[in-house]
Amino acid sequence: MSRVLEVENLRVTFPGADGRRVAAVDGVSFGLSRGETLALVGESGCGKSLTALSLLRLVPTPGRIEPESRIRLGDADVLGLEGAALRAIRGRRIGMIFQDPMTSLDPVFRVGDQIAEGILAHFPVSKREARERAITLLRDVGIPDPSARADAFPHQLSGGMRQRVMIAIALAAEPEILVADEPTTALDVTVQAQILEVLDGLRTARGMAVLLITHDLGIVAGRADRVAVMYAGQIVEEAPTAGLFARPSHPYTQGLFESIPRLTGPVERLRPIPGTVPSATAWPSGCRFRPRCPHAFEPCGREPPVHEVAPDQRMRCWLESEKGDLRSEK
Amino acid sequence: MGLTELPGSLIAGLWRQPSARAALVTLGIITAMAIAGPPFLPDPAAQPDVVGQALLPPGAGHPFGTDQLSRDVLARVVGGARISLAVAGLAVLVSVTIGAGVGLVAGYLGGAVDAALMRLVEAALAIPRLFILLLLLAVWDHIPLAALILILGTTGWFGTSRLVRGEVLRLRHEAFVTGAEALGARRARVMFRHLLPNTTGPLLVAATLGVGDVILLEAGLSFLGLGIQPPRPSWGGMIFDAKAVLVTAPWTSIFPGLAILATVLAVNVLGDALSGAVDPRKS
Amino acid sequence: MSRWLLGRLLQAVVTLVLVAVLLFFLMRLAPGDPLSRLGADQQMSALEIERLRERYGLDQPILRQFFVWAGGVARGDLGVSIEYARPVTSLIAERLPATLLLGGIVLLVNFTLGLWLGSVQAVRHGTAADRWLTAVSLAGYAMPSFWLGLVLAALVAVHWRLLPAAGMHNPLLPPDAPVWRLALDVGAHLVLPVLTLVTVSIASVIRYQRRALLEVLPLPYIVAARAKGLPESLVLRRHAWRNALFPVLTLAGLWLPILATGSVFVEAVFAWPGLGSLAAGAVGSRDYPLLMGTALLVSALVVLGGLLTDVAYAVLDPRIRWA
Repeated sequence: MSRVLEVENLRVTFPGADGRRVAAVDGVSFGLSRGETLALVGESGCGKSLTALSLLRLVPTPGRIEPESRIRLGDADVLGLEGAALRAIRGRRIGMIFQDPMTSLDPVFRVGDQIAEGILAHFPVSKREARERAITLLRDVGIPDPSARADAFPHQLSGGMRQRVMIAIALAAEPEILVADEPTTALDVTVQAQILEVLDGLRTARGMAVLLITHDLGIVAGRADRVAVMYAGQIVEEAPTAGLFARPSHPYTQGLFESIPRLTGPVERLRPIPGTVPSATAWPSGCRFRPRCPHAFEPCGREPPVHEVAPDQRMRCWLESEKGDLRSEK
Repeated sequence: MGLTELPGSLIAGLWRQPSARAALVTLGIITAMAIAGPPFLPDPAAQPDVVGQALLPPGAGHPFGTDQLSRDVLARVVGGARISLAVAGLAVLVSVTIGAGVGLVAGYLGGAVDAALMRLVEAALAIPRLFILLLLLAVWDHIPLAALILILGTTGWFGTSRLVRGEVLRLRHEAFVTGAEALGARRARVMFRHLLPNTTGPLLVAATLGVGDVILLEAGLSFLGLGIQPPRPSWGGMIFDAKAVLVTAPWTSIFPGLAILATVLAVNVLGDALSGAVDPRKS
Repeated sequence: MSRWLLGRLLQAVVTLVLVAVLLFFLMRLAPGDPLSRLGADQQMSALEIERLRERYGLDQPILRQFFVWAGGVARGDLGVSIEYARPVTSLIAERLPATLLLGGIVLLVNFTLGLWLGSVQAVRHGTAADRWLTAVSLAGYAMPSFWLGLVLAALVAVHWRLLPAAGMHNPLLPPDAPVWRLALDVGAHLVLPVLTLVTVSIASVIRYQRRALLEVLPLPYIVAARAKGLPESLVLRRHAWRNALFPVLTLAGLWLPILATGSVFVEAVFAWPGLGSLAAGAVGSRDYPLLMGTALLVSALVVLGGLLTDVAYAVLDPRIRWA
């Protein structure tokens, strides 16, 4: 499968309190192949949204992408583009679905116009043609009575419908890659499943690659081909979904799985990961998960290497993955 | 922030910003000159030699020159500073007191009292302050200073009352208020002991900006003959007197004008910096 | 929506009535009555003053006086000017157009130049340009308008003789001269007063627009607009400006008091034949009916301005209009 997106050593820094810069995203590397879905999983504050924004060069000032980073889209170097060339990527080659549809839609414009805007930015069509396409898109995302709905203002729609509109906007310029930043977080549970269905259908129909950003492992199963787990600005484990679920190797990943309550099976006490997520201004030295890791031992004071624990499954840890479950090691 | 910690940390914070620092220094100099200057300067009302020493350009003996009645301009500018700052300070004190009181009562008691008060405030705000002042002051032949201060003070509280009311509405359901009420505190106590201290930030900003407004208004009134009465020196009055010799003796009008400009600018810059410092939304 | 409109209109009417009450009692609050000065000023005999008192109805109980006055106002009768011995309404009607012309142009300049400069400041937030613009606009605000007017008049009109220093027309220009010459003449007379008023009042507009845009620019829908691939200028014009419009609209409603105050001084300094100089003159001659009349008119315009702003807000914000 050909790689449509290649990210190498992405570093995004912000000015810290004492004048030095702090890396909120620190050396993230991953790739995305055509038609593939990669889930980027992590808690809030780990830098996953910033990673997504970096792909479109939308990191808010005073943040900046450090020069040693590389983002390659096909054969285009995203970080080297300026002006019209950069705008040609936004929306047209990478479409982005933002997290909160209430604040990501302009409240004073009709939703149909906001979709058409995305179309008109990249295709030389007439306004009427753009509107027609917008209505079609609204139908594709499952909004009933699309031509009437196109004239609605964002505040007149329900949360689920607004998110569908956001998807329509992201698809407006027919991108090859879709970045979905927590597409279901702001929605009710019942609506979440519907939205994910819509996304799935559209993805297969259009053959897009998807970068799915979420903190919810639950929506990853069955929808993503591969998963990358992010912690404190770094990717700590990456594997095909099945592999990750069967054999989570990094202690953080394991902790994540253990803190998911189970409806079936014996009722046990929940085991949250002790401690709290560190802030970017105070990443621990060496392995960043060390303060919270039940398996921390002497080498963890130094930066851990990234190594393979199984075919196509890598983690950033000093522990060698045993054949089997680390969990049995208590 | 407690009422007692406010001044120290506030000034320290302001000092760090270059523009606020410049404003504080400017105001400090002007205030110092206003307080301590007059003994070292000639009498601002003295007309030593109307024939020989009138309209002298700035030079030795008269750093700001003399006006057409041979009065020393520097002495008059400093004398004017003394009066203008005193009038503005006292007037703003009156305004802030009334405004805070009305705002507290309206915001806390709510209901019909609130509605009535706010309707009145709205109507008062519709009349430009200058017109209110003109109507009130035109009655007098020679306006007593105390009356001027009181009138300036009682016409300037409307905006402040709305501000304070807004703060009170924002805070009245906070835990520290409902807690005090649950403990049986009387309404007056809740208002003055709990709510008022939490409005000092916006009040301070309003007061500072108010001083600038009053200085400008008072200068304008003096220019029209309705403000500070001669022979007391006033910046506005000086500019009025200078009208006749505007082109031939520009120093008679430039210096008082610059004095107003410097003072009001410093006050506004300070007020700006203060409002940034006391913003409740600051993270 | 129409119910809200009706309610808002009613509110405006109530405010106007309150304004009238306030103005009336405001004046009566001051010690002495309006005629007490005339005795000293114009050396009238006690009998003549008594007669005048009767004529102006000042010997009636105060509440009665109010209703008489209010009734007159409702009928459009604002009394007779003491100085000009003419109905106040005709004086106002005569001088209003000049003030509207001056004020209108100032408003136009403020809300075009001001909005643009405010946007520049917001987009270049934190740069030297931002700080300079703040300093300059604040300095303008801190200047007494009458002083600036005098300085400009002295410099530009008298010293350099570039522009006229007073009035609205050149008295030497015949009234049957071609229209464009007359217009140019008025225009030349407008420059200095407009410049003065704009300088002292543009700061508010700049600061409001700057703050409004700064609040809007980091919002998610602006980032989302950029993510569509729109050019920055479009993002700014179409999305940012439109949403930053609302607070600025509020400012437009507050504008009148500022303009009215400034006009009094500027019109006086430049002898501009408008309401401002009328009011300034009325002060000197203690012409109460005239002062009251002008104050009432200006206040009514302020209330109207506030009403129009609220209506505009409701029309332009779809969240309110199609709630």
